[in-house]
Amino acid sequence: MKEKAYCLGIESTADDFGVGVATFTGEILANVTDSYIPEQGGIHPREAARHHAEVAQKVLCRALDEAAISPAEVKVVAFSQGPGLGPCLRTGATVARTLAAYMKIPLVGVNHSVAHIEIGKLATKTKDPVTVYVSGGNTIVAAFDSGRYRVFGETLDIAVGNCIDVFAREAGLRREGGKPLGAILEEAAARGERLIALPYTVKGMDFSLSGLLTAAIAQLRKSECRVEDLCYSLQEHVFSMIAEVTERAIAHVEKHELLLTGGVASNMRLQTMLRAVAEEHGVKFKVVPKEYAMDNGAMIAWAGVLAYMSGIVTLIEESIVKPKWRVEEVDALWVR
Amino acid sequence: MGQVTPLALLKKGAEARIYLACWHGKKAVLKKRVPKIYRHRQLDETIRSYRTIHEALLIHEAKKAGVRAPQIYHVNLKDTTIVMEFIEGQQAKTMLASLKREQRKELCLKIGQAIGRLHAYGIVHGDLTTSNIILNGEEIVLVDFGLGSKSLQLEDRGVDLHLMKRALQSTHYQFAKECFENIISGYTEVMGKNDTEKVVEKIAEIERRGRYVAERKQRV
Repeated sequence: MKEKAYCLGIESTADDFGVGVATFTGEILANVTDSYIPEQGGIHPREAARHHAEVAQKVLCRALDEAAISPAEVKVVAFSQGPGLGPCLRTGATVARTLAAYMKIPLVGVNHSVAHIEIGKLATKTKDPVTVYVSGGNTIVAAFDSGRYRVFGETLDIAVGNCIDVFAREAGLRREGGKPLGAILEEAAARGERLIALPYTVKGMDFSLSGLLTAAIAQLRKSECRVEDLCYSLQEHVFSMIAEVTERAIAHVEKHELLLTGGVASNMRLQTMLRAVAEEHGVKFKVVPKEYAMDNGAMIAWAGVLAYMSGIVTLIEESIVKPKWRVEEVDALWVR
Repeated sequence: MGQVTPLALLKKGAEARIYLACWHGKKAVLKKRVPKIYRHRQLDETIRSYRTIHEALLIHEAKKAGVRAPQIYHVNLKDTTIVMEFIEGQQAKTMLASLKREQRKELCLKIGQAIGRLHAYGIVHGDLTTSNIILNGEEIVLVDFGLGSKSLQLEDRGVDLHLMKRALQSTHYQFAKECFENIISGYTEVMGKNDTEKVVEKIAEIERRGRYVAERKQRV
């Protein structure tokens, strides 16, 4: 019997340190994450990186346990090479390089955004979707065309998760019961009743969220309306913009599937809106399962498999992290 | 007044449905902004009526700027519909790939001149894609002004051209660079070297504001 081949994936672009194990045929055997939770405010890159360094060994061992494989069985090590926060990326890269050098196995640098798209495709069995990738650091509408994932619409400034988190903190919302801040805002929004007008800024296929965030915070400080109404209005405006550019992309590229992926994918209001867009245009709508929505090591392992099987290997001397690495700079040799 | 008969659905766009129609015996286009069920009703109505009014106004203004745009026959705010002239010809989107290099240059120069005339007059189109540019004979006709606005601001001009560049990159990446350079040449003919340089600088600044742009590292 042929020996099974395993790829270990290391994710560390922002506040999550994750390790996943994937087989070369697309089975996910392990997916372990440890998140850095700041006491107050947003992610401090240096503090997050320190957290990653502290938990790396523990997370790595747990992932190998979960997959029930020995380190010697790992054939390839993949890591998030970008985009993301420099100090965090460097920590994950250091772990990956060390493993690859010590175990004398190939290293594969993976684009984090590509990994979100690929795990979404794997988990939902979509083949060639228009992908809406929404998270704390990214908000893009992408689709595959001639060798690469092309960005058809995106934020011109801040990402949707960032917009939601900053507003939630300004509004005094706190994480509770292990739920992320976005989920807390979603619950508050569900209690909202009145729509308060905020800037709706669609510019062609792109959109801007920073002005809306400023306006929403200004409303908050005036304290003339209920926080729940503002949360509700923020969601309605932001998600409508995303739905509009998604609809534009679908009308433009003529694909038959719509995939929602990334940390904000679990928002039910966004799902409802995009499902309506998909139905209107007769395309299938799929949402990435929760365990693969947030940043995770499994997606890096799987994207690593795809790249490695197409002959892509990253030499250690060329494995410098790329904090600004855009999705359309990657040759997706494994697609089709 | 409402003597319009929709004959056939020409295109189901993201925002509106475009029908071939008959307007008092004349071949026309009926553009209907349909309600979006995913949007809050109040927000949906605001967006649709705002864009309908703006589109009609800006198409009218564009002609004063010396840019060909469809004749407006009728605007109905209640249904958010516009009846306008049917423009014969082909979209730049479908033509670009089949053109020879020289012809492509010619077309892009003309597009650049048209954008320049709009900007010089104080209009930004707001949705410059190759789908919204029609070649009618030798003439460029611009359609779909729903996201446009009246502005002389450098920022708005920069965003307008940035959108054009992005549309070329996502849809015509094989010759996006060449096309955009020629569009800028055409633009310069109208706007002059000085103003164009300012806009080009602005485009670079807008790009740096985006997510994950390598150039941002070089910022002083």
